[in-house]
Amino acid sequence: MKVHLKIKRFNPEKDKKPYWGEYDIEADEGDRVLDALQTVKWTIDGTLNFRRSCAHGICGSDAVRINGRNVLACKLLIRDAVKNGQITVEPILGLPLIKDLIVDMEPFFAHYRAVMPYLINDTDPGERERLQSPEERARYDDTTKCILCACCTTSCPSFWARGEYVGPAAIVQAHRFIFDSRDEGAAQRLQVLAEPDGVWRCRTIFNCTEVCPRDIQVTKAIGEVKRALITGKLD
Amino acid sequence: MAQYHQFDALVIGAGGSGLMSALYASKSVNTAVISKLYPTRSHTGAAQGGISAALGNMEPDKWEWHAYDTIKGGDFLCDQDAVDILCKEAIHAVIDLEHMGLPFDRTPDGKISQRRFGGHTNNETKKPVMRACHAADRTGHMILQTLYQQCIKNNVRFFDEFQMVDMITVDGACRGIVAVELNTGELHVFHAKAVMLATGGFGKVWKITSNAHSLTGDGPAIILRKSLPLEDMEFYQFHPTGIYKMGILLSEAARGEGAVFINDKGERFMERYAPTMKDLASRDVCSRSIYKEVRAGNGIGGKDYVYLDFRPDRINKYLEADGSSRRVDAEYIETRLPDIIEFVRVYMGIDPITEPVPIQPTAHYAMGGIPTDLDARVLADEKGTVVEGLYAAGEAACVSVHGANRLGTNSLVDLIVYGRRGGIHMAEYAKQVDFKLIGDDAHKAAEDTLNAIRNNAGSEHPGQIRKELQMHMDEHVGVFRTQEKLEEALEEIHRLKERYRHIHIDDKGRRWNTDLMEAWELGCLLDLAEVTAVSALAREESRGGHYREDFPNRDDQNFLKHTMVWSDNRITYKPVRIGRYQPTERKY
Repeated sequence: MKVHLKIKRFNPEKDKKPYWGEYDIEADEGDRVLDALQTVKWTIDGTLNFRRSCAHGICGSDAVRINGRNVLACKLLIRDAVKNGQITVEPILGLPLIKDLIVDMEPFFAHYRAVMPYLINDTDPGERERLQSPEERARYDDTTKCILCACCTTSCPSFWARGEYVGPAAIVQAHRFIFDSRDEGAAQRLQVLAEPDGVWRCRTIFNCTEVCPRDIQVTKAIGEVKRALITGKLD
Repeated sequence: MAQYHQFDALVIGAGGSGLMSALYASKSVNTAVISKLYPTRSHTGAAQGGISAALGNMEPDKWEWHAYDTIKGGDFLCDQDAVDILCKEAIHAVIDLEHMGLPFDRTPDGKISQRRFGGHTNNETKKPVMRACHAADRTGHMILQTLYQQCIKNNVRFFDEFQMVDMITVDGACRGIVAVELNTGELHVFHAKAVMLATGGFGKVWKITSNAHSLTGDGPAIILRKSLPLEDMEFYQFHPTGIYKMGILLSEAARGEGAVFINDKGERFMERYAPTMKDLASRDVCSRSIYKEVRAGNGIGGKDYVYLDFRPDRINKYLEADGSSRRVDAEYIETRLPDIIEFVRVYMGIDPITEPVPIQPTAHYAMGGIPTDLDARVLADEKGTVVEGLYAAGEAACVSVHGANRLGTNSLVDLIVYGRRGGIHMAEYAKQVDFKLIGDDAHKAAEDTLNAIRNNAGSEHPGQIRKELQMHMDEHVGVFRTQEKLEEALEEIHRLKERYRHIHIDDKGRRWNTDLMEAWELGCLLDLAEVTAVSALAREESRGGHYREDFPNRDDQNFLKHTMVWSDNRITYKPVRIGRYQPTERKY
């Protein structure tokens, strides 16, 4: 089918501000939007830039805004993206624009690092694995799925308004450890998340949950962290 | 001018082997990781089904059985001392990952849960054994995340989105690398005592592949350009279950849970090809069987694919036929295989719980690569001469634990075991030596190469050359090979290499010039395709993943040996290190 692509373009070495690049391509309706971007790059304009790697929704490289909604370009098919023969593609919002669809991810990863996203447990685990019951394992399963694509954080109006807010992705990462029975760092993480730019900036708008390409119940996870802060209990 | 950095140990690539080696090297020396992607984008994250270790959590198992299965799976081309290390240390490695926080699935008594996987057996009963430790069907994702988390905890220095384009060698020793900072286009010289190449595979040589766009074999290609050899390049694994036409992988864990292959007649055809292991025979056997069915006209609708059937009622029917008392339901399958079920729903628009899934073999994994010794040190020739200061691990390397065909889950074991060994050894080495001088012009060759691409005014388009290369490789250097096909492929590759000299790119800028980097990567793919075809042409036998229709039998008399190939297409061989297991006929 014929597809008209409108892609937000910006070259910092040439352009004063972003503009729309328009391209007409031939695509199969079962192709990914990422394939369409590749077609533009490989057959029409090699200067188009975007991040991509695995092309099946696992690596988290190609979070973009398609028709006004955050998605992974490799996880949305042409037939689901085309509106009146057209698809618009823009960079995700709230992070500094670098070039075309590429934004500076460093502020996002700085928030990630701030919640101490690693197992904290200094006791000697011995020769064999630590034991964890299937129920304890299931408690934090949902938040282990996060691929750090930033779809959630960059769809959050609270984050757009204040970039210092740690954002949903960092809270998801904190949740993954706070509710892991093997972890002993919950108090330290909760302290970080109790700060003014921690969980309380979440206004339960649910954008994050709606756009998560891994179907993580992000708002629910944030709610559980809020509850842990209020009750002082991890259940 | 180029920016200059100095580190004791330098790791190129941030997948499983890169992060594991960085983690261990950084315990005692100043270490940095250079990656052309953000670390969490690495393709280790796409690994699904599991990581094997003879923990024996579910049923009796021994690391020696794991070793024998690996050697038999590799069609006796594995170096058996390397396999012993792999399988013995796998146990400690998996426990190590759990201690780092990896969220493995659990047994009712809280231990790491394990499941069946292709080619892994109880050596006494010959039946499949539960050996693959898993976290749903996203085990690789969990390994990658866990290792990155630990690197953050240990303050490992990262240079994200820096792409290696050259290696600095002086008097045959490695002294660092040259990388492009993608965000600025600037060159950086990284001066190091020890360098680890952990750059992953090169599946983008083929069209139908499970590999990421970034898997262009940069490390192995640079090795060739430094007049060093690659090992066993003809052994490339085509995974039997790629989503039809797209190549996206559907884990062997599906068959571990009971899914079966079905042809157009509705037959479970693997019963004919592998009477004991059936659908859990090794990957090379399954991929060939699928194409044999297709050739016999038994592809679905006469086309070039078959079904992978994991509808619960069908799984139960075959479990019953196999005399198993186990039964599954939709909820169980959804819990055990959530990601691949979603892939099928998203990319094929069908529901695998109610419909069979069209699949075809997909280019998946390089058994060959940069030759190394048991401490991941790179070897310069068939005699085992070590390249000072240079290491390789993971899919980029060939130690060789996978021989002619890798068993499922063993890639993850390889990353963790040999990544760790390499990291430890490079730290020890770095502590013993001083920095050796490099020239002021260390970046010059890389600069010249990139400028030549940037300023070339030819009429050829890199995208077109890549497309043709992948098409020829799919057609001529795939599951079935012949002298005629391989010679044709080589002619085409030579033509494409000539055309590559006349490319032009659109983007002449500095910042984030992926047009330039993709053109450079295409050069890597062409070089690797060439030595793959050259090695395949020289091996006049069939073994593991390398199947020659004109030489359909394994020939231990003449070919129980590893191929070493150089960029000038020269080939030498080195013997396989046999241990406890003498080669026997391989049957599943």
